[in-house]
Amino acid sequence: MSETSAQQAHVHAPPEGFLRKYVFSLDHKVIGKQYYALALVAVFTGMFLSWLMRIHMVWPNAKIPGLELLSKVGAPGGIMTPEYYLSLMTMHGTLMVFFVLTNAPFAAFGNYFLPIQIGAEDMAFPRFNMMSFWTTFVAWAVLMLAFVIPDGPPIAGWTEYTPLSAIGKDAGPGMEWGASLWGISIALFCVGSLLGALNFIATTLDLRAKGMTLMRMPLCTWAWFITSCIALLAFAVLLPACILLILDRHAGTSFFIPAGIVASDRLQPHSGGSPLLWQHLFWFFGHPEVYIAILPSMGIVSHILINSMRKPLLSAKVVIYSMMSIGFLSYMVWGHHMFLSGMNPMSGLAFSFPTLTITIPATILTLIWLGSLYGANIQINSASLFALGFISMFVAGGVSGFLLAQPSIDIYLHATYFVVGHFHMVMGVASLFGVFAGTYFWFPKMTGRFMNEGLGKLHFWITFIGTYCIFMPFHYLGLIGNVRRYQSFVDDYMAPYLGVHKFMTIAALITGAGQLIFLFNLIYSRFKGKPAPDNPWNATSLEWSIPSPPPWNNFGGKHPVVYHDPFQYGVKGSKGDFVMQDSPEQVPASGD
Amino acid sequence: MGKFFAIVLVIIAVASAYPILAHHFPLPEDISTHGHLIDDQLNETMVEAGVSFVGAQLVLAAFLWSFTGRKPGSPLKNFPGGARILVVFAFVIVGLEVLALGVLGQKAWASVYFTAPSADALQVQAQAEQFAFYFRYPGPDGKFGQLHPEKIDEGNQNYFGLDPENDVAARDDIVSGELVIPVNKEIHLMMHGKDVGHSFYVRELRIQQDFMPGLDLAVHFTATKVGKYEIVCTQLCGLGHYNMKAYLNVMSQADYDNWLKQQSQ
Repeated sequence: MSETSAQQAHVHAPPEGFLRKYVFSLDHKVIGKQYYALALVAVFTGMFLSWLMRIHMVWPNAKIPGLELLSKVGAPGGIMTPEYYLSLMTMHGTLMVFFVLTNAPFAAFGNYFLPIQIGAEDMAFPRFNMMSFWTTFVAWAVLMLAFVIPDGPPIAGWTEYTPLSAIGKDAGPGMEWGASLWGISIALFCVGSLLGALNFIATTLDLRAKGMTLMRMPLCTWAWFITSCIALLAFAVLLPACILLILDRHAGTSFFIPAGIVASDRLQPHSGGSPLLWQHLFWFFGHPEVYIAILPSMGIVSHILINSMRKPLLSAKVVIYSMMSIGFLSYMVWGHHMFLSGMNPMSGLAFSFPTLTITIPATILTLIWLGSLYGANIQINSASLFALGFISMFVAGGVSGFLLAQPSIDIYLHATYFVVGHFHMVMGVASLFGVFAGTYFWFPKMTGRFMNEGLGKLHFWITFIGTYCIFMPFHYLGLIGNVRRYQSFVDDYMAPYLGVHKFMTIAALITGAGQLIFLFNLIYSRFKGKPAPDNPWNATSLEWSIPSPPPWNNFGGKHPVVYHDPFQYGVKGSKGDFVMQDSPEQVPASGD
Repeated sequence: MGKFFAIVLVIIAVASAYPILAHHFPLPEDISTHGHLIDDQLNETMVEAGVSFVGAQLVLAAFLWSFTGRKPGSPLKNFPGGARILVVFAFVIVGLEVLALGVLGQKAWASVYFTAPSADALQVQAQAEQFAFYFRYPGPDGKFGQLHPEKIDEGNQNYFGLDPENDVAARDDIVSGELVIPVNKEIHLMMHGKDVGHSFYVRELRIQQDFMPGLDLAVHFTATKVGKYEIVCTQLCGLGHYNMKAYLNVMSQADYDNWLKQQSQ
């Protein structure tokens, strides 16, 4: 396909009318903001749920004022029942993993900035793009419906292991319609994500501007591209898994349910199925999913660090190949979630080797980020603070993986708070730091206004210190065998450690309150923030060459031409110590 | 603010390492024959994880201290050796380390899963259900009766669905809510899931294994110290998951024989 026709193939007329402009928009920028708004609602919902969980764990009989309004059955008189704790926990995990960590760093920022960063007017398939957001929105609405139905949300965790999730209401409260709503919601989410991934891949491969070779793409663009490839395969497996689960629940099939199951005194009318099959299907998706959650943040952090350091990373190629290796290896390790599941113990060893091997590209990335800081001229602002904080958090969360990757140690640490600490630090904190960094960095471009720097720095310190206070102790509790997914701790050996839980709860409430500063800053600055120029960070990539906020067709009908990679910092450019990608000026050969 | 960040990082690194170094969260005592292999592996890996964690935070702190707030026009430098030395380090040092962990670690795993129980191991069957564990002994005839799920009757305490009227082997089976075993005797624990997924976890035994409905799983172990230890469920199984537990009661051989005799009466 000739370059001109490829770029024209997706051109659409300027949007007219309220619905086309703001609701059913074909514009990738509006869609990106819609994803961000959805993720914002989901993250504050998920955080609120975590407050309820943490308060209940420490004060199980406390009357939480107003909770009975959320569920008369789940919290009569405001006192949370054990099953409602599990419902809130299931919704917390589902919202956070799917609707926050897949939406924000990937769908939101990727949609907004990938086309601009490669010099395109929009995504390759704007209608698919619109469908992908609205499918995701419907998926969210279906999930939230579980709060409203009388039986409440499901209690089987975001992982919805079978047979608990497959046999229906005999499994317990929330497992009749709540679990079905979960299955439908996630199936829809898969469809939305698949459409999005297809779009990102086609756009990246086909719509790059003249001179924008793959190696001249910014690192966040690379991260979104690699993430899309992972997502295409991963969600393609979760979607049929959810469909099979729904069939088991409603069509009398037995994909995941063996014979002879007796629950609630009833012999279940199923036979021939394998609960282990659900775990394999789920984790074949689930492990790549966590890399879908972290890779975009790695890309965003790299992109911002280069700008803040005023110097390129030691090697962009190494970063790209490391991200690719992580993506590739992510498909070989899923069994490390299943070491003790009853699968062949030989498989345990087989899965542990690639799991340990993933340490290598992860270490390379960390060393490149650290090593690049040496000799740099680091500018401190809210965005760079979160980018730097990401490095600290990624290491903190990642090293516990050394232990969990070994099946012999997993015999002791599986299903303890050690695992919960590990994944919260890498996903719940590190990945979110990438989103925060991206928000502070790109807010001026998206709105034409700065976010308030003072509030941004305050937000950073509360969050950085606060999340260490919350999640470090999770690891210590895991070491003494504190089991996860318990609504309260009634075992004898837990008695001496309840004070640690109190500390974590208080830290969580304070840190959570700190996030309200961010929310206020976002909303206030949108309307009253200090006006920002087109390139406030003296950055090189194409998004900084267009107005803030960008026009509907990004480049005003022009086709940008790219002359450089986005790493031209620390050079004598006409505008300062950098040269923009679309500037035809020669870059003086740099010594070292 | 860069220097402040550096100080905060150092404090965080030290504060995080302190509870481990001061043994504030010690592993429970190991009462198994294989547990020391797991403990050694865990402690060695903790050292490597700890050194990596503290090291990285301190390097980040040092670079933030030195390379923020610099005078405008300060020269940019590159890390000596550039990307290459870091890539080599990652492959060689980290690669060797993780290979070592993986290869050494398989010994502990193998000791639990790749050895068959000895022929004279004591056979006990564990059943996990919402929300209790039950344990079955074969009784004096040494044979387990057949399980009939359709005959399960919680109200009449027929948790396993035994049919003593028609099944001779089932008549002398002993069902207990406690896992009672003799010390220093290998136990072959056969695991049967009645309804949904559950898991069997005894911290002191360094044993954890999921029940998988539809699969006949088993673990074997030898307890080395008399005492009562908690068995907790670690696989989310429903609303009573947090409270699903039983006791492992390790007795002297003599006490165990007495207990068994009493159960048979």
